[in-house]
Amino acid sequence: MAEFSITINGKNLSVDVDPTTPLLWVLRDHLKLVGTKYGCGIAQCGACTVHFNGTAVRSCQLPISAAADNKITTIEGLSENGDHPVQKAWLEHDVPQCGYCQAGQIMSASALLERNPNPSDKDIENAMSGNICRCGTYTRIKAAIKTASDSQIA
Amino acid sequence: MTKVKTSLGRRSFIKSVSLAGGGLIIGFNWLACKGPAEEGSEELAMQMPDEWFELNGYLKIGDNGIVTIYSPNPEIGQNVKTSMPMIVAEELDVDWNNVVVEQAPLNTEIFTRQLAGGSQSIRQGWQSLRTAGATARQMLLTAAANQWEVPVSELSVENGVIKHQGTDKTIGYGEIAKAAVNVEIPEEVELKNIDNFKIIGTSRKNVDAKKIVTGQPLFGIDTYKEGMLIAMIVQPPAFGMEFKTMDAEKAKGMPGIKDVFTIDTYPEDMEKEWSDVAAFSKLVVVVGESTWQVMQAKKEVKVEWDLSPELTKQIEILEKSAGMDGVSGLESTSIHASLMADVGSKKSEIVRRDGNPEKAFKNAARVIERSYTCPFLSHNCMEPMNFFADVSGDKAELLGPIQTPEYAELSVNKRLGFDLENIDIQMTRMGGGFGRRLYGHFLVEAAVISQKMGTPIKLVYSREDDMTNGVYRPAYHVTYRAALDGNNKLTAFHVNAGGIPESPLFANRFPAGAIDNYLAESWSMESNISTGAFRAPRSNFIAGAEQSFLDELSEEMDQDPIQFRLDLLDRAASNPVGEENDYDAARYAGVLKLARDKSGWDNTTGLSRGVAAYYCHNSYVAQILDLSVKNNQPLVDKVTCAVDCGIVVNPDAAKNMVEGGTIDGIGHALYSEMTFKDGVPQQSNFDTYRLIRHKEAPKTIDVYFIENGIDPTGLGEPPFPPIQGALANALYKATGKRFYDQPFISHMQDDLKT
Ligand code: FES
Ligand code: FES
Repeated sequence: MAEFSITINGKNLSVDVDPTTPLLWVLRDHLKLVGTKYGCGIAQCGACTVHFNGTAVRSCQLPISAAADNKITTIEGLSENGDHPVQKAWLEHDVPQCGYCQAGQIMSASALLERNPNPSDKDIENAMSGNICRCGTYTRIKAAIKTASDSQIA
Repeated sequence: MTKVKTSLGRRSFIKSVSLAGGGLIIGFNWLACKGPAEEGSEELAMQMPDEWFELNGYLKIGDNGIVTIYSPNPEIGQNVKTSMPMIVAEELDVDWNNVVVEQAPLNTEIFTRQLAGGSQSIRQGWQSLRTAGATARQMLLTAAANQWEVPVSELSVENGVIKHQGTDKTIGYGEIAKAAVNVEIPEEVELKNIDNFKIIGTSRKNVDAKKIVTGQPLFGIDTYKEGMLIAMIVQPPAFGMEFKTMDAEKAKGMPGIKDVFTIDTYPEDMEKEWSDVAAFSKLVVVVGESTWQVMQAKKEVKVEWDLSPELTKQIEILEKSAGMDGVSGLESTSIHASLMADVGSKKSEIVRRDGNPEKAFKNAARVIERSYTCPFLSHNCMEPMNFFADVSGDKAELLGPIQTPEYAELSVNKRLGFDLENIDIQMTRMGGGFGRRLYGHFLVEAAVISQKMGTPIKLVYSREDDMTNGVYRPAYHVTYRAALDGNNKLTAFHVNAGGIPESPLFANRFPAGAIDNYLAESWSMESNISTGAFRAPRSNFIAGAEQSFLDELSEEMDQDPIQFRLDLLDRAASNPVGEENDYDAARYAGVLKLARDKSGWDNTTGLSRGVAAYYCHNSYVAQILDLSVKNNQPLVDKVTCAVDCGIVVNPDAAKNMVEGGTIDGIGHALYSEMTFKDGVPQQSNFDTYRLIRHKEAPKTIDVYFIENGIDPTGLGEPPFPPIQGALANALYKATGKRFYDQPFISHMQDDLKT
């Protein structure tokens, strides 16, 4: 066990855990931030996606020892009132079915738009192909990302 | 307007009404269940009511007019948590913006069928949900009429406000609710004429959407309670094996670990429910403070496993009967394939026989015969199996994702011997179901573990545990034969279908009823790999196979594939063969025609497009799929879907279901398979098990619904089966090659190698 300090959604927090503990489980088990989901644990499904200094990473593969002293944003901190353009677009298109993968989808999509505000279909497909949706909401996800992109540019 | 008896088949409903009469529910947590009211509006400036009045088990009304509607059925992503309350709200005549939706607890006294499965929630709930709304409306009207001393017939309602025609007096539902509680329950109520629907048939957003996109705790796996420990399992590495001994000393000493022990979920003498399917009853359990600690400790438990003589005996017999060498009793995919092709189909039984098929085949000028197969599939709900349990004394509190809470309650009752009143099951939103969560062994496991530990626990399966735990979609095999006469006319049709461990055959479905000489045969084979219902059970394979065969047949007969099907359906409608054809040929033809017209079907263009249509779960779906192939990778450009599921309650959400089912169907037919070597699953996570991904999804999906005012039927499953046939048929157009064995992608890659 060791003490780590970490900035999550703008708050400085400290946790006492085994250094190998993935950020995913620190968020869920220790900080009770359960919006970040477990789907595979091996960086294959994207359910656990968070922003690490602004880029999308799979938190199941990021040990707390490597995450400490960096800025992490989770779905809970993406916006204050759930009104990030991507979240709004997701509501507008009523994207979710079961909803389980959607936090990860939204975190991947918002990171994409951050670095590429006007992505092409190809850009979207490439950026989003690490996020699996068993319910098959891909066409709506793409439409929502385009809406969010338009609203950001406008 | 239709009059319905309020007690019709629902004695329990009336009972609960009288029980709940006068019931006052206070201390309701507004934030925990903000519903549609918050959707894009401030109109919910209304404060929470001071008092709630429960008119019946389906709803309660606050003194300020806010209405809480309980969604009785489990939510697995099929959106019933929005659409079921919409049906109640419609008959109640309230403003949807003043409605709050809450997940109802398991209560078999009040609700008739709290099960998510078979695409039946809306179909079976339709009448009772409408009746619940109409009954409450009637009671509110009666209370107002009594207060004003006027006849009920002079009153009307709009958006929860009652108005008296003569005097223009008005009163809101909230103000009269208290009096309504004491009104006698009407024996008969009138349901609206469907032309007067205001909510049903309009698109309403998912009531949980805001919580989903902001990451609020909704799912079973998000449960964290005071003093709760995490439990995980270690299960046999292969089907056919069982626990022998273990050395858990090292694991027990690891940080955070509380205990390591074994459980027997389903002891031999326990009376089981149909839903108690589990390949592995004896499990090793590791319990600790946090998930990561438990995951690490799991790796350090040294377990010895043994062949289970009971489980392997049958398989050995099968292997011997097939004359195989190296009999092990442990199954491998390579053996499955030959067993199905060579052994299974030879022991089939006739399920339906019309005319004289044998003679027609004997006299045929040409016989076309094709076989189709599919592998086992894992459900892979994105949220792995999990359940929270707090068992102490003679009480069990259980919370989590389950499609069959009614049966799970009975299982816990049998396993722990607790009274049903002492077993409380709460349903969470589910991160997918697809049939997997019909089988609640994980709930029983959680209860047994919690009892043993004497603490609340959350049982969580890792993805690997989840994927290698069984309850798979069975492997299937079907052979079709068609007899053509000298004029290239179809004279007989023969289907021989089977699988491990069940047959996918539906003998009375199309094209039965459309062909004079028809023979349907069925067989199945033993397996120790556990299987269960998977999105559109059996249809999920046989539809695609049948629709591929019909496509090939129409080509052999020089006919347009859609016209060919329509002609057969015409025959089935005008002069059906046999009496037990379980589809409506006109509705079937209806979706084909709609898809044809909307897609601009013209079989002479160079597009690689395939068509398929199917009937299952009481609904009809036709799909036309356009694709192109680049570098041996198929790219689906467009899918046109035509659907007849009767009245569409929530159109945009219904479209979402059809899109999802279509993508899911394409994905599984193209990419997914679960294979075995000596009983060991060869895929255990998404690095080896392929699910369709964003870049592989269709670019466009157009969805059209038939409007016919017929009572609504299911939508969670029907779009899934036929698309596999449309895909195979389009692939043929693109590659000149027919695809008979799923997943198709492995055969496209075969091509690349040659
Ligand atoms: S849980 Fe991290 S990518 Fe799947
Ligand atoms: S919405 Fe269910 S997995 Fe994506």
